[in-house]
Amino acid sequence: MTDLHPDANPMIEVQNLTKYYGGKAAIHDLCFSVPRGEIIGFLGPNGAGKSTTMRILAGYLSASGGTARVAGFDVARESDMVRRQVGFMPENNPLHEDMRVREYLKFRARLKGLNTQKSRARTEDVVEQFALGDVRNRMIGELSKGFRQRVGLADALIHEPELLILDEPTIGLDPHQIRIVRQHIKSMGKHHTVLISSHILPEVEVTCTRLLIFHEGNILANDTPNALENALEGRHRITVELNASQEDLAQAWEEMAEVEHHRILPAEGEFHRCALTPRDGEDLRPRVSALARARGWPLRELTRERHTLEDIFVHITSPEEDF
Amino acid sequence: MSVILTLTRRELASHFLSLRGYVIMAGVQLLLGASLLTVVYLLNGRAYDLPFTEKFPQTEFFWLVLLMVSPVITMHTFAQEKSSGTFETLMTTPVSDLQVVLAKFIGSYLFFLIAFLPTLLYPFIVKQYAHEAVAIDIGSVFSLGLGVGLFGAFFTAMGCFASSLTRSQIVAAVLTFAAGTSLFILGYIADLRPSEMMWWHTSLQHVSMLRHMQDFSTGIIDSRHIVYYVSLTTVFLFATVKSIESRRWK
Repeated sequence: MTDLHPDANPMIEVQNLTKYYGGKAAIHDLCFSVPRGEIIGFLGPNGAGKSTTMRILAGYLSASGGTARVAGFDVARESDMVRRQVGFMPENNPLHEDMRVREYLKFRARLKGLNTQKSRARTEDVVEQFALGDVRNRMIGELSKGFRQRVGLADALIHEPELLILDEPTIGLDPHQIRIVRQHIKSMGKHHTVLISSHILPEVEVTCTRLLIFHEGNILANDTPNALENALEGRHRITVELNASQEDLAQAWEEMAEVEHHRILPAEGEFHRCALTPRDGEDLRPRVSALARARGWPLRELTRERHTLEDIFVHITSPEEDF
Repeated sequence: MSVILTLTRRELASHFLSLRGYVIMAGVQLLLGASLLTVVYLLNGRAYDLPFTEKFPQTEFFWLVLLMVSPVITMHTFAQEKSSGTFETLMTTPVSDLQVVLAKFIGSYLFFLIAFLPTLLYPFIVKQYAHEAVAIDIGSVFSLGLGVGLFGAFFTAMGCFASSLTRSQIVAAVLTFAAGTSLFILGYIADLRPSEMMWWHTSLQHVSMLRHMQDFSTGIIDSRHIVYYVSLTTVFLFATVKSIESRRWK
């Protein structure tokens, strides 16, 4: 992939993108920009506007308002050029069931503007890349879901697009197939910008280098998974189990200025289990262990909760929910 | 251009990859064969005032086939792709709406012609047994063929349009059949009152497909009829393109 400065030449640049379906906004004033060479995850519940955005970027739908540019081309005015730069796999990966795998891939390559020779060569390439050799002459309708998914990915990649848009690429697959598809997506991400959507967190968490969180037609966050986790770092609670009386513990936590909130529950044996919320995001563990040593309280557990993306997702999409 | 070729080939091949294509071809030949039988039976052993080419399009089965075959051929063109979702993968390749519509039309139309191809043998069969050199006039065979071909182009374009409106193949077929049959029945209304020459009656006579076919079957190639079918075909293809485009602004 061309190694351009990411900010100077983003792969996707979306400004005030809006799409109405019969008076109701499916997406509302979206603005985001995605640098080249990343694996981007669109994350959000069903109906949040992920598929609509993808369809607009792939040149299938037109936006009601706003602009979107893919690889420097305007999706409304230079749709033809955009479609040459984009490999799109729609939701549920529709394929022509009455065609054979190789025949289908060659047909798709021809539609995407490759000449006879090139389409034959590329078909062989993607058949090898996605390990479709054993089924190359089978009817697509006879294939298992995992193979069909690979045929869909092979089709998306066959004209060597700069951007791959995959709508829910792992939906309905078994865990083994999901792992295979994930590996393929990751390897595609080495040479292409990849955009995938999902409503399942672990899915995008392991694959993506950047996450856009959708909710009711808006984007609530656009950052790396790590940065999103760090944004919530301040709320990290710690859990500690100490052998001490409840009164002593309560007094100790109240004296500790960094503890904003504490809760003490009796645990197995003489121990008490305490949940401590830090006041300004400080890591409380060194203080707690120092305190235990100073008081001579036996300590058997000291952990810091890590917020998973699951928490972030729930927090961002329904902020009233406390966690 | 090569895109249209690729898509047309796919469209035509799809008929032969499923049972439907063979059922259509068998059905067409069964009903037209019954037509042939009727005509041969009529002409058998007595003098008849109409030549074979003129009698043939007056049989019921002939019209039944013409009215039914196009809806069945074209019903899947867009409806199936829409319902299975492949329409989305198709329209996100760098093809234009016009290319897709033309390819679907040409593919379906070619299949229509293929389904009617064995009919060309009928005149020769009749000639073989009529023992009369004048039984068949090649000129009127040609003009009747042209009439069927023009009729087919119009109905195929109308079928493509109906299919582009819906996700359901059945709805597409019923729409095409209903529209086609309604138009056909107008021709009967025109024939109902031959005495009154009102303005609407004259207009109806111009759209009467029975009259068109009658002219074609007697060997008359009237440019008005050609313009009629070609322009209707164009109008419906244009409407199909617009219907495909509508996904963008709907």
